Amino acid sequence: MNNPLALVGRATLSLFGLAGRLTVFAGNCLQHIVRPPIYFGLIGRQMIAIGYFSLPVVGLTAVFTGMVLALQIYIGSSRFNAESAVATIVVIGITRELGPVLSGLMVAGRVSAAMAAELGTMRVTEQIDALTTLSTNPFKYLMAPRLIAATLTMPLLVFVADIIGVMGGYLVGTAKLGFNYGSYLKSTVDYLEPMDVISGLVKAAVFGFLLALMGCYHGYYSKGGAQGVGAATTNAVVSASVLILAANYLITELFFTS
Amino acid sequence: MTTAKLKLEGVAKHFGHKKVLDGIDLEVGRGESVVVIGGSGTGKSVMLKCVLGLIHPDRGQILVDGENVVGLRGSAKEEYLSKFGMLFQGSALFDSLRVWENVAFGLIQGRGMKRKAAKDIAIEKLGRVGLKADVGELSPSELSGGMQKRVALARAIATEPEIIFFDEPTTGLDPIMADVINDLIVECVKDLGASTLTITHDMASARKIADRLAMIYKGHIIWCGHKDQIDNSGNAYVDQFIHGRADGPITMDVLKP
Ligand SMILES: Nc1ncnc2c1ncn2[C@@H]1O[C@H](COP(=O)(O)OP(=O)(O)OP(=O)(O)O)[C@@H](O)[C@H]1O
Ligand SMILES: [Mg+2]
Repeated sequence: MNNPLALVGRATLSLFGLAGRLTVFAGNCLQHIVRPPIYFGLIGRQMIAIGYFSLPVVGLTAVFTGMVLALQIYIGSSRFNAESAVATIVVIGITRELGPVLSGLMVAGRVSAAMAAELGTMRVTEQIDALTTLSTNPFKYLMAPRLIAATLTMPLLVFVADIIGVMGGYLVGTAKLGFNYGSYLKSTVDYLEPMDVISGLVKAAVFGFLLALMGCYHGYYSKGGAQGVGAATTNAVVSASVLILAANYLITELFFTS
Repeated sequence: MTTAKLKLEGVAKHFGHKKVLDGIDLEVGRGESVVVIGGSGTGKSVMLKCVLGLIHPDRGQILVDGENVVGLRGSAKEEYLSKFGMLFQGSALFDSLRVWENVAFGLIQGRGMKRKAAKDIAIEKLGRVGLKADVGELSPSELSGGMQKRVALARAIATEPEIIFFDEPTTGLDPIMADVINDLIVECVKDLGASTLTITHDMASARKIADRLAMIYKGHIIWCGHKDQIDNSGNAYVDQFIHGRADGPITMDVLKP
C-alpha cells in the first residue's frame, strides 16, 4: 500500500487519466462549437456575464498595474539614464504580457469559479440529466455557448485593459515622474508595433478558452453535493490559472521565434 | 405476439463493490402502466437512469420498440430520448429558467417549436397539474417543494412522449393533490396512449394507476403481476411491503440501542 513506487505509479496513471479525459472533453466541446445549431442568445447572455461584469475588476487590475509598472521601470531605467524609455516599456509590458495574463487570472477567478459552481450544481441536482432526457445535448446547450463567449470576450476585455493600463502609467508618469503630457503619449505610440497588441489579444482568446474549459470541465464532472461543487470550483480556478501561465509561455515563445 | 414498448433483459449495474441491479427483467407493454415498488435504495431510480442512458449498465439489454438502445450515442440517442418523458425524483428543474420555460423546454429545444406556441402549451400543462398561469412567470426557486414536483410533472408530459417515467410522483404532495396527479397519470395512459413506468412508495397511488405491479428487491424483480393479484401474491416480501410491516423477511439495517 505504502510502496513509494506504487504511489508514483498511481499519481502518473491518474495524471494520464486526467489528460485523456480532458482531451476527450475538449474534443467534444469543439465538435459542438463548430456544428450548428448555434445558440446566439445564450452566447450573448454569457458574453455579458463574462465581459461586462468583469470590466470593473479587470479595469482596476489594469490601472494599478500600469501605475506600478511606470514607477518600477522609472527606477530601473534611471540607473542608466534611460528614463525616456518608461512610456515605451510600459505600453509593451502591458499589451504583450501583463494585460492578458493578469486579466486572464482575474477573470479565471471570477468566471471559471462561477461556471464550475453553476454547472456543478446543475450536475448534482440532476439538471444536466434532465437536459439530456429532453433531447438537448449539454455540450451544445451549456458548454459551447460558454466557450465561444469566453473566447470572443477575453480579447475585448484585454483591449480595454490595455488602454486602461497605459492610462495608469500615463497618470503616474505625468503627475509623479514629471513627464511632459505630449511626449509621454508620443513615445507610447511611436514605438508600439501592431504585433505587440495582436500577440496580447491572441493570448487573451486562448486564455478565455482555457478558463471556460476548466470551469465547464470541473463543473460537469463534479459529484457529491455541496462539498463536491465547492471542490470543483476550487479546482477550476487553480487549474485555469496554471494553464493560463503555462500557455502564456508557449504562446510567447511562438511569437518570439517567428 | 406484439413487441413490448420497453423491455429490460438482465440489466445489471454496480457501483464500486455494491451490486445495485443484478439482472433486472421487466416489460412495459404499449399503453400499459407499470408500477415498480421496492424499498429505499434498492436501485429503482438507477434502473430508470439506465434506460435513459444516463447510467451505463454493466450488462443486459434494454429494448425500446424491439431495438436495443444500450450504448446509443449522438443523434441516435437524442432521437430515442425524444420518445421519453421523465419526472425526476428531485424535480431537477432548471433554476436559470422561468417555470413556463421549464415546461416548454422539450418543445422549444427538442422539437424546435416557436416560443409563443410552446408557451401556450406550457400554460395548459401547468393547468393540468393545478398551477395557474401566473406561476409560469416565477422562477423554480420561488415555489414550494410540492409545486416544483408538479411543474416537473408538467415538463415530463409536455411533449406528449410515448414512454413516461414517473419517479415518485406523489411524494411530498397532500393527499388530495396526490390523487389529482394519479388521475393525470391515468389520463396520460388513456388519452395519449403512453406507456408509463412509475416508481412509488404510495400504495394507494400504486393501486390506482397500475395495470401491473413489480417489486424490486436486492437487484432483482422478485414479483410481478396484475394489480388484482397484489393482495394474494403469495410472496412474503410483497405482503410485508404493501402492509408496511417492520417484521418479516425484509430486514432494515437499523441499529437498535
Ligand atoms: N452515481 C452513483 N454512484 C454511486 N452509487 C450510487 C449512484 N447512484 C445510486 N447509487 C447507489 O445505488 C443505490 C440505489 O439508488 P437509487 O437512487 O436507485 O435508489 P432508489 O431505489 O431510487 O431509492 P429511493 O426509493 O430512496 O429513491 C443506492 O444505494 C445508492 O447509494
Ligand atoms: Mg429513487
